[in-house]
Amino acid sequence: MEERAMKMDSPLKKESPWQKPLTFINNWGTVIAIIALIVFFALAVPQFMTSSNIINIMRSISIVTIIAIGLTVSLTVNGFDLSIGSTATLANSLVVSFFVWYSLPTGVSIALALLLALGVALFNAFLIVKIKIPDLFATLATMFIIEGVAMTYTGGGSISVGMPRLDGTPTTGTIPAVFSLLSQTPYIIILMLIVVASVYFFLKHTKHGRYLYMIGGNIEASRLSGIPVNRYRTLAYIISALLAALGGVVLASQIGSAQINAGGGYLMPAVAAAFIGSSFAGQGKPNAIGTLVGATLIGVLENGLVMMSVPYYSLNIIKGAVLALALASTYYTRRKN
Amino acid sequence: MTTLDMQDISIEFPGVKALQHVDFSMKSGEIRALIGANGAGKSTLMKVLSGAYTHYTGQVFLDGQLLDIQSPRDAKKYGIDIVYQEVDTALIPYLDVAENIMLDEMVNEMSGKALVSWKNLHKKAGETLARLNVNIDTRKRVNQLSLAEKQLVLIARAIVHERKFLILDEPTAPLSNRETAELFRIVRELSVNQGLGIIFISHRLPELFEICETISIMKDGKMITTETVSDLTQKKVIELMLGKSFNEEHQKHQVPIGNTYLKIDNLTDEAQFLKNVSLEVREHDIVGIAGLVGAGKTELCKAIFGENPLQSGTIYLKDKQVRNQSPTHAVKNGFALVPEERRKEGVLVDEPVYANLTAASLRKFTLPFSVLKPERERERARKIIASLGIKTPSENQKVALLSGGNQQKVAVGKWLLTDAEILIFDEPTKGVDVGAKGDIFDLITSLAEEGKGIIYASSELNEILNITDRIYVMYDGKIVKELKTQNTNEEEILFYSTGGR
Repeated sequence: MEERAMKMDSPLKKESPWQKPLTFINNWGTVIAIIALIVFFALAVPQFMTSSNIINIMRSISIVTIIAIGLTVSLTVNGFDLSIGSTATLANSLVVSFFVWYSLPTGVSIALALLLALGVALFNAFLIVKIKIPDLFATLATMFIIEGVAMTYTGGGSISVGMPRLDGTPTTGTIPAVFSLLSQTPYIIILMLIVVASVYFFLKHTKHGRYLYMIGGNIEASRLSGIPVNRYRTLAYIISALLAALGGVVLASQIGSAQINAGGGYLMPAVAAAFIGSSFAGQGKPNAIGTLVGATLIGVLENGLVMMSVPYYSLNIIKGAVLALALASTYYTRRKN
Repeated sequence: MTTLDMQDISIEFPGVKALQHVDFSMKSGEIRALIGANGAGKSTLMKVLSGAYTHYTGQVFLDGQLLDIQSPRDAKKYGIDIVYQEVDTALIPYLDVAENIMLDEMVNEMSGKALVSWKNLHKKAGETLARLNVNIDTRKRVNQLSLAEKQLVLIARAIVHERKFLILDEPTAPLSNRETAELFRIVRELSVNQGLGIIFISHRLPELFEICETISIMKDGKMITTETVSDLTQKKVIELMLGKSFNEEHQKHQVPIGNTYLKIDNLTDEAQFLKNVSLEVREHDIVGIAGLVGAGKTELCKAIFGENPLQSGTIYLKDKQVRNQSPTHAVKNGFALVPEERRKEGVLVDEPVYANLTAASLRKFTLPFSVLKPERERERARKIIASLGIKTPSENQKVALLSGGNQQKVAVGKWLLTDAEILIFDEPTKGVDVGAKGDIFDLITSLAEEGKGIIYASSELNEILNITDRIYVMYDGKIVKELKTQNTNEEEILFYSTGGR
């Protein structure tokens, strides 16, 4: 009787001959795609494989990766944080305003910007965990609110050195040189790698990470195992907002000013990177290394296409198509299971 | 008057003969009760009649004419309809009462037409409600109605067209006494004044004796008998439902029952489903919670475990009051729950066996800064796998790939790594094969011998009789009787579970 039950549930069901290659492509498709793209671009554009261009790619994906890693954490608990782009914008505006308007020191400005971004996280967690609005809708609302907050705070969206405030008050602050260094190589790349490594360790090797994945897998069963589900969901949104804000701070260092909805453009690439990363190495769940690989794929694609003189305004077509492919691979396997 | 005649109905599902040569006949204008224990085949029989199952053998006649029922639509055409217990799945909450009542008509009888005449729709819906003699505004949205009103809307939908036979599947389960009385008035109205034949499926015996004229009793897929109510007593019905008296040997080891371990005093939950429940669990004690489906066993288990919020009542563990505000608190306080819905609530199917086993005790497997020690986890998991006899290729296997019984062992095993003192089991043998069932029984018995307090909730009476020391019988959210297992039997438990007193 039991033997029969075992046989019925055995994983060694009849497999179609396509099953194995399909699974392989699904698991390693991202890596295969990156290698294929690199080979293709290297042959098509001689300058592509130069070391300066490779560092260029690494630098260009840093901000997306930092923001996408935050999104990855929110995805572990099955929560989709759409407000990360606006949060990055807010942090960008805040940190620049602290320098230009208030002449605060670098450390204080960064810390303060991150701290205020925590407010966004708590607001998201309140809407999702307490009020029980579905995550997508709640963070969609937050996305608009925070975009508006950033615009209102800056008085229209942009601040730069020497620009007077909306009421005409002249400003005297400058962007410290040390802050600008943050977006220079190698520091920006090191920062990205630190973020990836620490979130990888947190998710993979700590109790907290295990709990986050369990909650994402089955919230009822997790609750009934005694896991403080709401606390961990809140934690996921906090990490997501903090990393989005960090991305916004690095962005501020890069552009040296606050711009209208500067972080908004990072939402879609971050989503794409996290979803491409989910299927990486057959993990089937959001993970930090996969997200880095996903961001790399997008970065290589973008860089190579620009070098091949594809106009920048057409790139979104390709980036969108890559996202669709990544989602197809995630949901196609999920449906089969 | 119309006669319904079902002859020699048999139906099989993989591995189960759900109905075997069942005959069932009645006349319009009659109110008939159809009862039987869980799995006796009453719902299956009615699904055959209403067109939900079509792979049966046998014949259905209406006034001597052979019917060909291939779908619910065919059944309706012949004047037979069913109202299921789960009202919310059959209603569309954001449409209004009239639209819901006329739903079948709008779906099935509007071919070729594109425009809806709202005036006619409301008029016809209003007339149907008037036939039931109830007063519900047809423009009210269904999600603003009470449960009882929703049920009336469903009954109204069933009788928009002329019906000869109407099946009501456990219609009173969610209703209050007053609402039940109202429903009975409507049932009588339909049968006496409008000549419908009503088939009434229910577990609540006192109700059946109040409303029905005849009772058909089923057991193990067979029709046992049909008799008029005046010839029967509740006791007699229970005997017929169970067949011959059932006296299985009591296998439980005799252990001395110790001091009071867990005491629950006047528990009422926020949803007011449980009403002033009090019970006691002593050391070495296995306490059974018996009762039919819907009596409140699961609600009680979840309320004790902090999953369902309490309105009033206190829980004492070894004379100290504990507050289980959430399952997290409950686990800290030494409680454990093996929930009824295993795949939804008991195990994490996408996680490996070892991660499931350590889910409730993960902090025992960490270094400073919550860093995990997966080797330790796997090692302890292997021990549990061996001691519970969990059949899995390794501790890294995904739980989704285990059989039901082995999944349940995982759900139980996770609490063995905690310091749980009170273990609550809610229908732990549901969907579990015989071998694993025995293992789980042995495990529960040995846990009690070690000194844990056990609460065992089940609607399987023979299991409760086999494993427990004492039994609390629940009915309608209340504990109606406490019994000593040694001195009782299935008949007595069923008598109290069906509302006898």
